[in-house]
Amino acid sequence: MTEITLRQSIQRGLIEALDGDPDVFIMGEDVGAYGGAYAITSGFLEKYGPERIKDTPISEASFIGAGIGSAASGLKPIVELMSMSFALVGFDQIVNMAANIRYMSGGQINVPMVIRAPTGAGMQLGATHSQSFETWLCEIPGLKVVAPSNPSDALGLLRASIKDPNPVIFAESAGLYGLKGEVSDEYFEVEIGKAMIRKQGTDVTLVSYGHGMPMIEKAQEELQKKDIDAEVIDLRSLNPLDLETIISSVQKTGRLLLLDTARKTGGVMAEVAASVQSESGDYLDGPIIRVGSEDVPWPYSRKLEQHAMASVPKIIKALEIGYSL
Amino acid sequence: MQKSEYLELYRKMYLIRRFEESCGENYSRGLIRGFLHLYTGEEAIAVGSISALREDDFIVTHYRDHGHAIARGLDPSALMAELFGKKTGVSRGKGGSMHLFDAKKNFMGGHAIVGAQIPLAAGFALASQYRHQDTVTVVFFGDGATNQGTFHETMNLASVWKLPILFFLENNFYGMGTRVENIRSNGKSFSNLADGYDITSSQVDGMDVLAVKETTEEAIKKIRQGQGPCFIEATTFRFQGHSMADPAKYRNEKEVEGWKQKDPLITFPKYLISEGIATQSEMNSIINDIDQIIDEAVRFASESPEPDLKELNNDIYA
Repeated sequence: MTEITLRQSIQRGLIEALDGDPDVFIMGEDVGAYGGAYAITSGFLEKYGPERIKDTPISEASFIGAGIGSAASGLKPIVELMSMSFALVGFDQIVNMAANIRYMSGGQINVPMVIRAPTGAGMQLGATHSQSFETWLCEIPGLKVVAPSNPSDALGLLRASIKDPNPVIFAESAGLYGLKGEVSDEYFEVEIGKAMIRKQGTDVTLVSYGHGMPMIEKAQEELQKKDIDAEVIDLRSLNPLDLETIISSVQKTGRLLLLDTARKTGGVMAEVAASVQSESGDYLDGPIIRVGSEDVPWPYSRKLEQHAMASVPKIIKALEIGYSL
Repeated sequence: MQKSEYLELYRKMYLIRRFEESCGENYSRGLIRGFLHLYTGEEAIAVGSISALREDDFIVTHYRDHGHAIARGLDPSALMAELFGKKTGVSRGKGGSMHLFDAKKNFMGGHAIVGAQIPLAAGFALASQYRHQDTVTVVFFGDGATNQGTFHETMNLASVWKLPILFFLENNFYGMGTRVENIRSNGKSFSNLADGYDITSSQVDGMDVLAVKETTEEAIKKIRQGQGPCFIEATTFRFQGHSMADPAKYRNEKEVEGWKQKDPLITFPKYLISEGIATQSEMNSIINDIDQIIDEAVRFASESPEPDLKELNNDIYA
């Protein structure tokens, strides 16, 4: 085991892929000479050259589409978006091309592509740079969407994403790039579509993913002080969703809190809540509790932004109100 | 050019014409549904340009895609079956008229968001370049697509990266019902469209199959030599409305009749006879063969089974 940051784990996964497969290449805005807006690909251009580390014009639709075409030809592009918010500019390519082309060609064309993008609020980047559109994309059949919460999962999921023959949206919580964690030196992968029980518990099930996990883990510690034994689940994958793990946990605890770091309305947890309700509503001791970010455009002011975000006190308060815990 | 090559150009154009006529009939009979955009009138472009390609070159096109599919050599029966929504269709009944595919023939679709196929095509060209292969990608689009950001972005990208791609504009003067004069900044011409991206461009009469073939051959040669992308504008006209739902009231009869004088299915056989390249009886024999191919395609499509219900959930993920 080695302790590295989430940024370093992604770098490790990318280097491994570039070293292991000549069909893997990286393209995106400022991934080359600049080294990546979040310094993920720092030093890559010097090592792998401009054919494999491709700086693109600021034309998201065009380079996402070019990624799709090259993937359809059998290459394995890893496309970096500077922000998940910029996915909007290339949304048609992601949805209508990457996700639909296999189906509408009757299974003739695969798109083994990874789109990596930093996501989430909390860095005072304002309305246009703080959004979490992985929650929109996880509704699209044909796409897979993953959102790691720690360095080990980031590496395991990145390995699985690059090997996957389908287009995978790899949502990197920008606020977690510096998060440190133990990562195995042995090769491992994290299967896409499998949630992870971080901590077993019996009193209440707490579920989140990505940026929400540090919050959920803190909330669990707070609950522990009150002798409440929470089970903590990390979704890791937003599509496919591992509902089975959540449902069997709820059948044990009878209580469920879902934390979305994206805006609450229409978030992935809305789908989780509806599925749990219909699959195992009988086991619930009370209403499913959802905590998410406020349904507002992201403000710049730190005070306002923090107020809009989900937080540990909001989680604790919601549990007090919902379950008198 | 060999005599057989001339006859093949005629055969392909006539096959497209008859295929489209049959599509129209079967749409009226309710056997083809959805949006159906016919290529009638534009045959010389698909046939002329695609005859200039190698089999391993990639073709990416728009939703008016029957002509390109036939010109590339896709099976007319499997194409008709696709339009009938049958499991024997080229896209197994899941694509329909606007989404025809045959990956084995490097025919990479039929794409129905205007201009969206252009970035995709750049990806096939990028893959050829990445692998140091000399295959070329041709992307077809209409005059309407030239106002999409994807067109301009990809022209720039292809030029910066010197991608082996041919941008092929089929200018039929109408984006659905809107004339080019009303949507083009300089009022009419596309002739300078590629200049801003340092892409070599040429214009050609899209009703003249030999001219289209020759112009495409020149462009492909440059691209294959590694000179980067080229751009061709071919002027043409669709003899029918935008789709079967369009009575084309925005065009006057005089304009339509004027273009019909240039119908390649009339002018090209006349040329072949007057130049002594082929005889009327040779062409009649082609006509008879194709009428049988179309009859067989409709029979095959009619008799083919619909997709199994389990197909609904297949092909979403690899």
